[in-house]
Amino acid sequence: MADGLNQTSEQRSQGAAASPLAIELIGINKHFGPVHANRDIHLQVRRGTVHGIVGENGAGKSTLMSILYGFYTADSGEIRVNGSPHKITDSRHALALGIGMVHQHFMLVDNFTVLENVVLGAEDSPLLNRTYAKARDTLKRLADDYELEVDPDAIIENLSVGQQQRVEILKALYRGAEVLILDEPTGVLTPAEADHLFRILRTLREEGKTIILITHKLREIMAITDEVSVMRQGAMVKTLETKSTSPGELAELMVGRRVLLRVEKGPSNPGKVLLEVENLVVTDDFKVPRVKGVSFSVRAGEIVGIAGVAGNGQSELLESVSGMRDQQSGVVRLNGTPLSLEGDDGAARARAAGLAHVPEDRLREGLVTAFSEWENSILGYQDRYGRGLGLDIALAQKTAEDYIKKFDIRPPNKDLKTANFSGGNQQKIVLAREMERDPDVLIVGQPTRGVDIGAIEFIHNQIIKMRDAGKAILLVSVELDEIRSLSDRILVLFDGQIVGEADPATADETELGLLMTGAHSPTATSAGPGTLPAHQTPLERGLEQMSVRDNAGKDAP
Amino acid sequence: MIKAPLPRWADVVLLPLLNVVLAFLIGGLIVLSVGQNPLRAVQVMLYGAFGYGTGLGYTLYYTTDFIFAGLAVSLAMQAGLFNIGAEGQAYISGLGVIFIALAFNGLHWAFMFPLMIVAAALFGAAWAFIPGYLQAKRGSHIVITTILFNFIAISIMSYLIARVLKPAGLTSDESAPIDAASRVLQLKTFIPFFKTAPVNITFFLAVAALFGFYWLIWRTKFGFAVRALGFNPTAANYAGISNQKMIMIVMALSGALVAMVAVNNVGGVQGRLIMNFVGGAGYVGIAVAFMGKGHPVGVALAALLFGMLYQGGSELAFSMPGITREMIITIQALVILFTGAMGDMLRNPVARLFALASPPVAEKR
Repeated sequence: MADGLNQTSEQRSQGAAASPLAIELIGINKHFGPVHANRDIHLQVRRGTVHGIVGENGAGKSTLMSILYGFYTADSGEIRVNGSPHKITDSRHALALGIGMVHQHFMLVDNFTVLENVVLGAEDSPLLNRTYAKARDTLKRLADDYELEVDPDAIIENLSVGQQQRVEILKALYRGAEVLILDEPTGVLTPAEADHLFRILRTLREEGKTIILITHKLREIMAITDEVSVMRQGAMVKTLETKSTSPGELAELMVGRRVLLRVEKGPSNPGKVLLEVENLVVTDDFKVPRVKGVSFSVRAGEIVGIAGVAGNGQSELLESVSGMRDQQSGVVRLNGTPLSLEGDDGAARARAAGLAHVPEDRLREGLVTAFSEWENSILGYQDRYGRGLGLDIALAQKTAEDYIKKFDIRPPNKDLKTANFSGGNQQKIVLAREMERDPDVLIVGQPTRGVDIGAIEFIHNQIIKMRDAGKAILLVSVELDEIRSLSDRILVLFDGQIVGEADPATADETELGLLMTGAHSPTATSAGPGTLPAHQTPLERGLEQMSVRDNAGKDAP
Repeated sequence: MIKAPLPRWADVVLLPLLNVVLAFLIGGLIVLSVGQNPLRAVQVMLYGAFGYGTGLGYTLYYTTDFIFAGLAVSLAMQAGLFNIGAEGQAYISGLGVIFIALAFNGLHWAFMFPLMIVAAALFGAAWAFIPGYLQAKRGSHIVITTILFNFIAISIMSYLIARVLKPAGLTSDESAPIDAASRVLQLKTFIPFFKTAPVNITFFLAVAALFGFYWLIWRTKFGFAVRALGFNPTAANYAGISNQKMIMIVMALSGALVAMVAVNNVGGVQGRLIMNFVGGAGYVGIAVAFMGKGHPVGVALAALLFGMLYQGGSELAFSMPGITREMIITIQALVILFTGAMGDMLRNPVARLFALASPPVAEKR
């Protein structure tokens, strides 16, 4: 990431203050029922700049951008594009005004080619020949101008996530976008891909395009934006010039109080081995091996972090060790005793043996969002509530109330439907449930994905607390920063194998990045240290051996 | 599109009520278009269904069927399964009733009734278990298999009734009769008010099943697992709840519930196994479950509504010859259309009214 993020501030802000406004929002208000999602928002985005928008989940960033892009109409307020007011009624209208959007979850047809996706909805005539020819020319020109090279005839599902994102950008540019909105664009990218994206954005800015970047990564804001606007609870708190602010100040503005950006923890004090994984082989739903003979152990009082680019077998590893997914071969030992995990109720036996699991995706795996809060507080442990058939609801609710207090879950309402809690509070519900059962081993996947900065601090502290209480903790995260600041030992997973181990105190980011992309693995041809490999991800490399129908190379958003 | 939020009572009571009213309004227009008086038609229908003993008895008899079928579909629905096979499961259950009844023919009804319940439940459960097994272990979609199993059930039953169970010398396709003493007790024997109506003590079983259903789903560990599976199978797997086992158990229980339709009809009304005795109750159960949103209170009300439509409808066809059977079926179809398929049509307008009535409150985090 180094190359992409180390541009000097002089380079980036020249002329920013003087340029005219591309977008101006005046007094935007938007209600959803009783929720005031945007309150009296004023925003000025100058042409030819990168304008960052930061804020916690639910701060109203996405709503605001959806209003600008025509998904929603504001209750009141005015949108000015290049100085003249417009009522943007739908996204087609927004595009006509030169506003394009790259969504966090790509809006691509998976089994279409790049070319087909680009022209979809922008066909000139019922017969496509001429459109295709024109699009091909335009794509070639865009590729040359902005480093946006993608094979126009490649099928989307065979492309890496980074390339798919490039297709989204191409789609917007093909439709003549002058203002490009990017919603959390680096969430799914490898460091190298993110680096490439930033180079593209910089070129776009040089060509006079305007970019609005929504992100929660303050480092990216500092590195690429000219100006940054902070939102909190539906209101615009402040717009700052990036070079005259700091991550600390931004974080404070976002949360409304001082936050600690670094994790405070003492040295670890490892005891005996509690979790032992030996030669684990796991396949995915399509019988493709994703974990290929992994062995490691976690000791009491130790956090072992698994670093890796999403889609290198982390999910299958977690699911298998926690009993959700059957293993092909290998042994998982807990406290020296092998766990029997086969069958689709293996998770129950893993829990009974003292293994708690905070899953990667709380909405898909960890919670039943239609359940009330108290019901989710006992999910997985329901058999411990009540004798015989009956469920001891009073006891379950008491447990829930206890957790709400201990983990400061808000709103403190055990009867509220879980879907109505914010991401951070939902994650706290899961954490409380798994941590408060006094497990020997805690497996944590993406503990702070989609979680507010304030809650991140709390969650990290809880994990450290578990470690200090003598638990063995296995941590998987795609956020390298998180792995480095929490772990006592780092294992790097690439292509289903552990390709290296590092000490978080001494490991440097470039080195880890290289390991994560397989540059040091015995099979890959090594690039020299310090040079980033060409923009070929492990996925891309793997694709050469893959058939079209094989989904294995697809990343997991 | 975000589903508009509504107060729970409006969601459960007001919306279905509005839908039914709308269905009747359009049904009224149809009645009007053939030159009949829709108000009189409603009057005849209500009187026919509730106004006198025999009518009410018939309404409750139909309601019994629909409660069981509705609960059976609701149970599967709670687990995220769509059991379209209630019709066939009830039909096959008739075998259980007639086998046990003929085996112990003459036994007092008080002993026979529980035997019939168990036998019917076993047959219904076994028949519903097969699609459940195929779904759980083989991934064959439950909607497809249960539909197909309805046809298989019809064929098997036609063969068995006509070729195996039919006593020699009988001209119509039916089994040997159950002794009067062994038949399920009809309410008219101790409540003369019901005159000739077929409603029998299976009705009380249905009421008990409503309460039992609530207890099972919302007050037991099993119900917790069922609902977890229904809302989010991945989270159920995460929680150590075996999806496969649950699918098979739930389908078997669903079949056992709808099997009581056979007790009501074969044991309580016909006193013998006849062709097609289920008469579509299994399909009505789907509408009942949807209208009742899988909740026993809703199922009870919806079952009563359809019981009324069935009984009042026959009465209507009888006393107003201008209104044909087909027209009554049309009205029933309108109710299903508005409450089931278009059940959410009025949601947004109603939600907007509610939003207007209550001013936006201060934002909560």
